[in-house]
Amino acid sequence: MSDIAIRVENIGKRYRIGAPSQQFRTLRDVVVGAAEAPRRWLQGRALLSDPVNTIWALRGVSFEVRQGQVLGVIGRNGAGKSTLLKILSRVTEPTEGLGEIHGRVGSLLEVGTGFHPELTGRENIFLNGAILGMKRVEIARKFDEIVEFSEIGKFIDTPVKRYSSGMYLRLAFAVAAHLEPEILVVDEVLAVGDAEFQRKCLGKMGDVAQQGRTVLFVSHNMSAVLRLTQEALVIEKGGLALRAPTAEAVDYYLSRGMARQGERTWEADELPDPASPFKPLALRVRNPAGKVVDTLRSVEAAEIEVEYQLSAPVTGLRIGLYLNTGRGEPVFTSFDTDDPALFESMETRPAGRYLSRCKLPADLLNEGRFVIGLNASSFRIRRYFQDEQALSFTVDAAGAPGMHWPENRQGPVRPRLDWQIDRLDS
Amino acid sequence: MVPQPKTLIAKNGTTPTVFLRPSHGWAALNLRDLWQYRELVYFLSWRDIKVRYKQAVLGATWAIIQPLMMMVVFTFIFSRWANLPSGNLPYPIFNYSGLMPWLLFSSALSRASMSLVGSSNLLTKVYFPRLAIPLASVMAAVVDFGFSLLVFFGLMIYYQIPLTWNILALPVFVLLAVLLAFSISLWLSALNVMYRDVQHMVPFLINIWFYISPIAYGSEIITSPTWQFIYQFNPIVGIIDGVRWTLVGGAFPGTSLLITLAFMLLVLVGGLFYFRRMEKIFADMV
Repeated sequence: MSDIAIRVENIGKRYRIGAPSQQFRTLRDVVVGAAEAPRRWLQGRALLSDPVNTIWALRGVSFEVRQGQVLGVIGRNGAGKSTLLKILSRVTEPTEGLGEIHGRVGSLLEVGTGFHPELTGRENIFLNGAILGMKRVEIARKFDEIVEFSEIGKFIDTPVKRYSSGMYLRLAFAVAAHLEPEILVVDEVLAVGDAEFQRKCLGKMGDVAQQGRTVLFVSHNMSAVLRLTQEALVIEKGGLALRAPTAEAVDYYLSRGMARQGERTWEADELPDPASPFKPLALRVRNPAGKVVDTLRSVEAAEIEVEYQLSAPVTGLRIGLYLNTGRGEPVFTSFDTDDPALFESMETRPAGRYLSRCKLPADLLNEGRFVIGLNASSFRIRRYFQDEQALSFTVDAAGAPGMHWPENRQGPVRPRLDWQIDRLDS
Repeated sequence: MVPQPKTLIAKNGTTPTVFLRPSHGWAALNLRDLWQYRELVYFLSWRDIKVRYKQAVLGATWAIIQPLMMMVVFTFIFSRWANLPSGNLPYPIFNYSGLMPWLLFSSALSRASMSLVGSSNLLTKVYFPRLAIPLASVMAAVVDFGFSLLVFFGLMIYYQIPLTWNILALPVFVLLAVLLAFSISLWLSALNVMYRDVQHMVPFLINIWFYISPIAYGSEIITSPTWQFIYQFNPIVGIIDGVRWTLVGGAFPGTSLLITLAFMLLVLVGGLFYFRRMEKIFADMV
């Protein structure tokens, strides 16, 4: 047939939220309801059919992927990316629409699926391989390669519950990476592990792509998406917002997909853990006049502020800002209690409403688009909140050093360095 | 509504084509998919067995200790005090030969009924035929049966009771016990995904079932023909009496075995279709 690997038409998935409501109004309803009840129970309908309590996690999505294409999928948390991948990897059925897939699909929806802590590394390689759809002979053939890639070495016969989290992860990824499906679906596996291993994983992904296999790559790491894919889908609110060359898709995602003019607030469904004592209220970028703006000037100082609510006292809390370029390269990381004296005086923050703010000095950033990631955690205890792409803003370089030469300057920062020029031969 | 298969695996050159679409009604069973994943069934039951005894000091001896201790307790209660008859057999032999198939059936049933919920991390992450999970659970129970059978042979030597050629039929009855447990667990495991009440119900069900099955006593103890007839509708009766017949002789359970087979066929086929129908919502509901 054609060279299409994946074709999806108008695919949609409905999920139930909350509890089903009982709606018996008349005696007749009650009688009919009671008579039908056993059947409804057997079919789980009692839990599924209530239209009021359902949401469409994904709807009306259509696209095609050619064989050998590496396609990026980007979108915010909760936009429907994971649902899409679950449908494509057949974990769940679509509620409507059609799809067709040519070739074996291997999914890395979560590395280490089916790992059992009591079993050794060796045993888990076989078990995990079988779960991912490999045949026993296939696993045996690749066994040495997997062990080598994972750098587990002599711990291969130790139960994985004794592994460090890094070792566990390396082993899990190693098994998954040695699957040889025609279509590989990868979801955010690179968000974990140390930088060295991440590089190795990205390398492996690149190899897979070069072997002519089809890859769907989902990530929040824009630089990885840019590096590995030529084309990307932007998923927004359960629909396909854009399909474009990756650079364009990333720009679209970073600019329109998320921020409203220099301020970011979170809706209830965007907060991963409603029970967390930390609740972000707003993240804002202000210019020196105190106005919330989307565009800052490189030559002016600016202010970044985080407004949040603590529903319980939190000890050792630190609010972190991660500044990245629009392409995902880190610029800096800073915490509100970086100053040891401040950290001590704020050892336990009582419940209440807070504003943590900091000044970005003038002449710091180069022109371009920047992304602020927000994080709230207690060091080595717990992470309360994280949003890697909380807010983006633009920096305008007018008046910055060197602007009399109309050229692009490399690098995310554009400091006004104090140059002196001395003549030495006089 | 016309039944629509969720996936049609058609060979297209070397690459299989899979169709994704919402399935309606009572979908086709798709057992071929299960056959392709047979190694997974093997690995999952191998994992179950391995993990079960891995951290226990006594390891696999537990598979022996449990039926042996039960037999000792029953011998005291039912033979010494209650004076239940055991025909011309020593009571321990009589009791143990019924305990073995019962424990095989009940542990297979309870493990398999909980299996889907216990594997929720797999269900929500990877595709494979969901039937593999309860199937692997019932298979794992057979290994324990093997251990307890070794002890039984020891007992036979101790009491100097010869085996007969009937024992050749033992594998058939083992298969029946496993199939019966599997058939029922198809319903229970799928229901447990939606209603966790099932996992409270199963231990209770097994407990009651034990007392209405011929383990501590023989089926002959029921003298009224009417009750005897009704008693045979307990599907495990035919299997337990059958295992006894293969090991220590006695009457061959003709009628009750037929009833068991009929019951099992009904529950198995119905269960396969029910499971298949519910399969699509496991990942969303579990």
